[in-house]
Amino acid sequence: MLLSLLLGVKATFNFDPDANNKMKKTNYSTLNALPHGRWATVLNVLGPGFIALRLMEMGLVPGAIISVVRSAPLGDPIQVKLRDYHLALRRTEAEMISVAVHPD
Amino acid sequence: MPARQAQSLSTSITIAIAGNPNAGKTSLFNALTGLRQKIANYPGVTVEKKRGVWFLDDQSAVTVVDLPGLYSLNATSIDEQIARDTLVQSSDPDLIILAIDATNLLRNLYLATQVIELGRPTVVALTMFDLALRDGLEINVPLLSRELGVPVVPVVARRQIGIEALAGAVKKAAEDIHACVPRKRIDTPTTRKDQLLNRYQRIDSLLSGVLTRNKRESLSRTERIDALLTHRLFGPIILTAVVLFVFQIIFSWANLPMNLIDGGFSALSRFVRTTLPPGVFTDLLADGVIAGVGGVLVFLPQILLLFLFIAILEESGYMARAAFLMDRLMRSVGLDGKAFLPLVMSFACAVPAVMATRTIESTKDRITTIMIAPFMSCSARLPVYTLMIASCFANQKTFGFISTGALIILMMYLLGISTAVGVAWLLKHSILKAPSTLFVMELPVYRIPSVSNVFHTMLSRAGLFVKRASTVILAASIVLWALAAFPRTTEGSRSYKVANSYAGRAGRLLEPIIAPLGFDWRIGIGLISSFAARETIVSTLGVVYNVGEEDESQRSGSLVKAIMSAKRSDGSPMWTPLVGLSLMVFFVLACQCMSTLAVVRRETNSWRWPLFMVSYMLVLAYLGSLITFQGGRLLGFS
Repeated sequence: MLLSLLLGVKATFNFDPDANNKMKKTNYSTLNALPHGRWATVLNVLGPGFIALRLMEMGLVPGAIISVVRSAPLGDPIQVKLRDYHLALRRTEAEMISVAVHPD
Repeated sequence: MPARQAQSLSTSITIAIAGNPNAGKTSLFNALTGLRQKIANYPGVTVEKKRGVWFLDDQSAVTVVDLPGLYSLNATSIDEQIARDTLVQSSDPDLIILAIDATNLLRNLYLATQVIELGRPTVVALTMFDLALRDGLEINVPLLSRELGVPVVPVVARRQIGIEALAGAVKKAAEDIHACVPRKRIDTPTTRKDQLLNRYQRIDSLLSGVLTRNKRESLSRTERIDALLTHRLFGPIILTAVVLFVFQIIFSWANLPMNLIDGGFSALSRFVRTTLPPGVFTDLLADGVIAGVGGVLVFLPQILLLFLFIAILEESGYMARAAFLMDRLMRSVGLDGKAFLPLVMSFACAVPAVMATRTIESTKDRITTIMIAPFMSCSARLPVYTLMIASCFANQKTFGFISTGALIILMMYLLGISTAVGVAWLLKHSILKAPSTLFVMELPVYRIPSVSNVFHTMLSRAGLFVKRASTVILAASIVLWALAAFPRTTEGSRSYKVANSYAGRAGRLLEPIIAPLGFDWRIGIGLISSFAARETIVSTLGVVYNVGEEDESQRSGSLVKAIMSAKRSDGSPMWTPLVGLSLMVFFVLACQCMSTLAVVRRETNSWRWPLFMVSYMLVLAYLGSLITFQGGRLLGFS
């Protein structure tokens, strides 16, 4: 029953209800290049299948809003903030995640 | 599937607790089972399998299994594979309790919906519900339950809140056990991404009615703590301080109980000798069995303290920060930040360190970490270092004020670390070459560790260590005892007997090979015995040099004297500083530890890796000692 429910839904995201409007007037970037402290919305996760899959399973899905908190002492990995929790990931992985930067 | 009696619940009904890492599974497990739990291994790998008994009410009890944490049924680490296989394939769990972190619903529900779709009877325990309330999260529990199609019970495991309601929900769900037919549902690779997106979409729309977010106090507090603990400059300083503090405590606090245990077993051994009639059996009991058991238990205080601190660091959330801070550095040798902790643990004992590597996702990284862990100077090497320093470098000073002994011990630690770095680099660029792997890790909210959780974790892990190590060490120490005790001669001193035993003959046979390292046949015997456990060389040398066994307290002192006065056949002193140094280098580099090899065998599930480990480390140890001794002689040292 759950499965049929699941398949009936199309993948459109509204984690950030205003995301579509924001995207029109903002820059695109990768998570790697996102300046610290700026918020952004995840657009897509590219790269090898299993890595992209795991990144998304950890919550880095299109539509998620995200911000870079800081980098580790040697500049890598980075600490990112989602709405409910924090993640650490490497810059090579952050490079696979395209984001739309929110205006200030 | 046979129909079960639904009404009379018994321990033959098994409940598996599943959930994300850090979702409070273990707290819940402890709250349900109290001390009625035991820890074992999953077949083939050393992943902890914790089982316990949960009394639902006065009449009924069930078996509870705490599964390793997992983020998704698409497993990437061994931990996750085991949890996944138990949930999907095994017929074992009759019912699943999903531990869902109430403060992190969106991501936790990802796994939850996957598990619910498996079709097994499921009850959701909404953990850390107090934190969610304090964080201003409003959760409509009845609606969530209706949306998920399974009962949802808010719990605060640490304070035993909600446990009765959970028991009620479980009892009710158990009545349906026979009605459910588990389904196997495997996402095919082509559709996985779509399914994932669909799933998140569904969870998001589900949550819009269920969850109201307000200010997140615990997140912002965690951010404030992180501003210091993962700071570019202060982060590494604090990490160093934490590691040094833990080691200081482990070595200073453990001293007293270790001496007591050591003294206790020596006394027991003497007692056995004096009360039982002399003979093979008495010798076996006193020198084989009691000495063997004592040899394991003497490390228990250190192991307990180490596990205590690790449990505290894990529970508080700091462990993930350590991996975050160290990842870049570890990657320069081809490893992962998660390898940092096992390697640090290895300074106390490689056995728990090898066990701790299972959080590393990539098998090749994990094996590399296991292969280099024994290079960290563990606590079993300290008695050897101490004996060598006392015998060969007594009261020497460098530059007039630094103790040469302390300096040499520091050098031994550094030698181990730098060799580990080199070997890791070599392995990762040859047989264990792998494309760079994934490093994505949750940084959990900081929490004050709960005393009962910490002690549960510490005790169960220490128990597992004792069980595993004692059998191997006991067997090895009996074998080595036999080598040193047979063939039996009735006349002569103990050292004469040992010299004529199989071990003594092997030592003489070995002499031409180890002579270039500066070692004689006596050290040869010590080396053979030390392959059971490093520190046994000290007691073996005691026997070889016929140091009296009358007074244990003076034994080490008299061993030092005996070593200092030992001569080579040409009359020159046997134990020169260079020989002492050469022996210490050998002990840094060789894998003389049956327990480590046994654990590696279990962790890698093959004899290939432990055999590779013992042989390459032996080659390195031989070369290291050879270079030390011959190089030192060339430079004019003695």
